[in-house]
Amino acid sequence: MNTWVNVKRVARYGLIGFIRNGFVSLAAIVIMAITLFVVAGLLMAGSALESTLVYLTEKVDVNVYFVTNAEEQHILEMKRSLESLPEVASVTYTNREQAIAEFRERHKNDQLILQGLDELENNPLGASLSVRAKETSQYESIAKFLENTQESGGAGTLIEKVNFHQNKTAIDRLSGVIGASRQIGIVSASVFIIATILIAFNTVRLAIYTAREEIGVMNIVGASRWYVRGPFVIAGVLYGVISALIVLVILYPLTYSLSGPSADFFPAFDVFEHFTNSFPFYFLVLVGFGVCLGAISSILAIRRYLST
Amino acid sequence: MIYYDKVTKAYNGGTPAVSDVTLSVDPGEFVSIVGHSGAGKTTLLKLLFAEIKPTTGSVYFGSQEVHLMSQAELLNLRRNIGTVFQDFRLLPTKNVFENIAFAMEVAGHSDEDIQADVPHVLELVGLSEKIWNFPRELSGGEQQRIAIARAIVNQPDVLIADEPTGNLDPINTHDVVEILKKINDLGTTVLLTTHNKSVIESVGRRVVTMDQGRIVRDDKSGKYTL
Repeated sequence: MNTWVNVKRVARYGLIGFIRNGFVSLAAIVIMAITLFVVAGLLMAGSALESTLVYLTEKVDVNVYFVTNAEEQHILEMKRSLESLPEVASVTYTNREQAIAEFRERHKNDQLILQGLDELENNPLGASLSVRAKETSQYESIAKFLENTQESGGAGTLIEKVNFHQNKTAIDRLSGVIGASRQIGIVSASVFIIATILIAFNTVRLAIYTAREEIGVMNIVGASRWYVRGPFVIAGVLYGVISALIVLVILYPLTYSLSGPSADFFPAFDVFEHFTNSFPFYFLVLVGFGVCLGAISSILAIRRYLST
Repeated sequence: MIYYDKVTKAYNGGTPAVSDVTLSVDPGEFVSIVGHSGAGKTTLLKLLFAEIKPTTGSVYFGSQEVHLMSQAELLNLRRNIGTVFQDFRLLPTKNVFENIAFAMEVAGHSDEDIQADVPHVLELVGLSEKIWNFPRELSGGEQQRIAIARAIVNQPDVLIADEPTGNLDPINTHDVVEILKKINDLGTTVLLTTHNKSVIESVGRRVVTMDQGRIVRDDKSGKYTL
């Protein structure tokens, strides 16, 4: 008998079993949908956390303020040497004119300051370099580099102030929060995922347990292992696909309604925009995860009932 | 054709359900195995289609030792032995047609053969009109006749019937026995277990009597003596 005929028969019995065992299928789909919902939720929470951490990290920088008579070519030299450091992500140069313009813009509603500024003959602000590190933990070594430059004389004497030590406590705290958040995120996500996988696996196992006598009959009439197992694997795959589609359909209005409230907690993360932009990713992950979970659960659960 | 050679089977090391049994069955025979509950009748049958393994001894089907068969050989053996049980053991989520077709499919028959043979075998057991019903929609007697139809559709060499009339009323019992006799007349070896005296008497063939796991009598023509 050719394989294609057997595949068609197994697929047909899988579909028939799925439909005729409606209540068992419904229960398995509900549990598996909850599992996939948890998976999707954890993926989204991870993305929200990550983008918030990136957003906060980008807020942190170390500013190097130069004396007012520092020449631009020396400042640009220092910029280049900072950029050559492996820890440095970017260095932004703000010259004296930009500095005063930004200062005025910042205090445009404070007439007293603006009048005081107008009375001065010269621009009192020096140029500055804003240094951003790749990781928050690397600011310390960048600050050390700047201190060494200052102490070694030469271009270093042009530095008036480095604001690292004012920001140090905030940077250290943020580094700690970022590290802890990532670890807690990974651990809690793993625990949740393992727990929900076990629940889904047990549901499929119960679905197959209800069919144990049927499996016994199939064994006795001489059905091969795959002929017995196939329809249950097909049913498991159907549980996975349908529950993944249900979760994707639910997530669309859910993320839309959460989009506004979530902005208060995650200023740099729009959950609806994230979901719609990453829809192919969520589709593949949820359907793939559902299919694997359904198929593997079925294969494992049916093993004990196969007698040949 | 079937040969039990000093077979003993003890479950979990306890008292043997079958003890030192030697039994030979020739092709085309109708053998009734009788005895009280727990005498070892069902265990004897399960050993033949390798649902369980003997603790000691050997079971032969033809020239092959059943429990030394490869997986493929075992599947062929099971396709060559039709089985009927007291509790019918139909596939509850499949209708009558699918229940019988399933046995043909696993034996590798084509869809055309299945379409032709299933109605034919249903006619043989008198249930043509129930072809699209599910087992739950049938009476006990009807379910047992469907089980027999499934067991014989592949024209097996041997039909095992383990207490097939245990759950049936006298009329259905009579019908089932008549069908088994007809199948035997067509050349199929039948092994029947029962503790129903009237069944043995109406069959009137070889009777093997078991007690406490041992064969205590082997009569060429049917008598129920316990």
